Amino acid sequence: MSALPRHAACAAAALFVASIFSALATPALADSPLISAADTAWMIVATALVLMMTIPGLALFYSGMVRKKNVLATMAQSLAAVMIISILWVAFGYSLVFVGDGPWLGTLDRWFLAGMTMDSTNPAAKTIPEALFMLYQMTFAIITVALVAGAVADRMRFSAYLLFSVGWFMFVYVPLAHWVWGGGFLAGIGVLDFAGGLVVHLSAGVGGLVAAKVMGRRHGYGSENLSPFDLSLAVVGTGLLWVGWFGFNGGSALSANSRAVMAIIATHLAACAGALSWGAVEWMTRRKPSVLGMISGAVAGLGTITPASGFVAPWHGIVIGVIAGLVCFWACTWLKQRFNYDDSLDVFGVHGIGGMTGTLLAGVFATAAIGGTPGLIEGNPQQLLIQLYGVAVTLAWAGGVTFLLLKLVGAFTPLRVSREHELEGLDITQHGEALQ
Amino acid sequence: MKLVVAIIKPFKLDEVRQALTAIGVHGMTVTEVKGYGRQKGHTEIYRGAEYIVNFLPKLRIEIAVSSELAVKAVEVISAGARTGQIGDGKIFVTPIDHALRIRTGETDSDAL
Repeated sequence: MSALPRHAACAAAALFVASIFSALATPALADSPLISAADTAWMIVATALVLMMTIPGLALFYSGMVRKKNVLATMAQSLAAVMIISILWVAFGYSLVFVGDGPWLGTLDRWFLAGMTMDSTNPAAKTIPEALFMLYQMTFAIITVALVAGAVADRMRFSAYLLFSVGWFMFVYVPLAHWVWGGGFLAGIGVLDFAGGLVVHLSAGVGGLVAAKVMGRRHGYGSENLSPFDLSLAVVGTGLLWVGWFGFNGGSALSANSRAVMAIIATHLAACAGALSWGAVEWMTRRKPSVLGMISGAVAGLGTITPASGFVAPWHGIVIGVIAGLVCFWACTWLKQRFNYDDSLDVFGVHGIGGMTGTLLAGVFATAAIGGTPGLIEGNPQQLLIQLYGVAVTLAWAGGVTFLLLKLVGAFTPLRVSREHELEGLDITQHGEALQ
Repeated sequence: MKLVVAIIKPFKLDEVRQALTAIGVHGMTVTEVKGYGRQKGHTEIYRGAEYIVNFLPKLRIEIAVSSELAVKAVEVISAGARTGQIGDGKIFVTPIDHALRIRTGETDSDAL
């Protein structure tokens, strides 16, 4: 050892010390800090697109379908989801979903983003900053909670909705997102859910269905005219959702690559095909293709392709979209009337049924050349069973927990406005404002 | 002096207005109203939910004219608003007891 030149020994010692410091400064997650500028740029755009889906996309889509006296209250629910879920996501949501890969839940290591640095990355997205990955995933949590509100539009008290959305995020969204995307047990058995057929659409749809059932039907449902205030708002909202969905599904590739583009093509084609098939079946059964029908079909196609995009070939989007339009039309008309529940804005009929159908179809159409996993058509029937298991778990968890949560919230504060307030309208009674 | 009140189909307003201007009626009041008569309503369907809409949108035109002009006004409104389909509307004529132009204080026929 003494033979080593003195300066070499010093250099070695300095390197050793430096490596210790860098190891301390670098969080454990950052195993390969190779941030790609292209991926980062795309994911910043995709994040903005997905936030745009909620405000103003979903806010317009939903409020155009309610009556004039409830327009602002419906927009307030989307706004509230952005305000509340963003902060909860930073506080603990991100950490519990995406940090640590326990089968049931992540860890609280990133509580209030503790330890997140300029250089850190998440193992799920190694080429973009961890902060961006966190922000992108935040927008998914926001829209999921905002989606549920459509089922109870026109009658839920704002204060009860706030409490409900906090609880729903904590006990439905966070665990489910971890199971499917954060390395939990559903990810472990290989459930395919590219951008949220289970985590976003089925969970919101089932949550909405249970909430609609627990809250009861709107006053005048089935007897009075509850026609939409301004469907042109809903058309504008659909356009924003549609374009935003390019970020939702394309961004779920988590990099600026061909898979993102393939997902975007499948997404766009599914929206077109869904709008066409819903419009066509209306034309045949009710003699006129309604604009509400066409936009409903587009959203059904978008929701249905969501889990499959990124796993299927672009042209599969057309097949999945056509099926989505037909199945969701059936759910919003026949199924809803048969079971006589008042899912005001058809959250279950469009998103629940769409998310479920799309998750199953992902198991049918999955193409190894696109997403690395073969489906039923490529000779892997096992995948369809795995998808079915994912659907069953999501149905049971989202449905059961939503029910318990509403009972809990209902024990503290009434869920529903009084009959007088419902007749007067939620805008004036909940927010003290009204459209003239 | 007569008050002529006409309930017409909204898209017929321009024809009626032009016809009235042509016979020398230079002022009118138009109100958007809803109502039904023999036409009844229509059915609207939203994602399978059917609503019967009883009240259909119409326009209510009011003009105040001299008694001689009133006969002519009724004729041209009737001609301008007619489609021959159910729901073309109705015209009512009532006497006016008194009229006053607020700006000048002119009364009755001077005020029309």
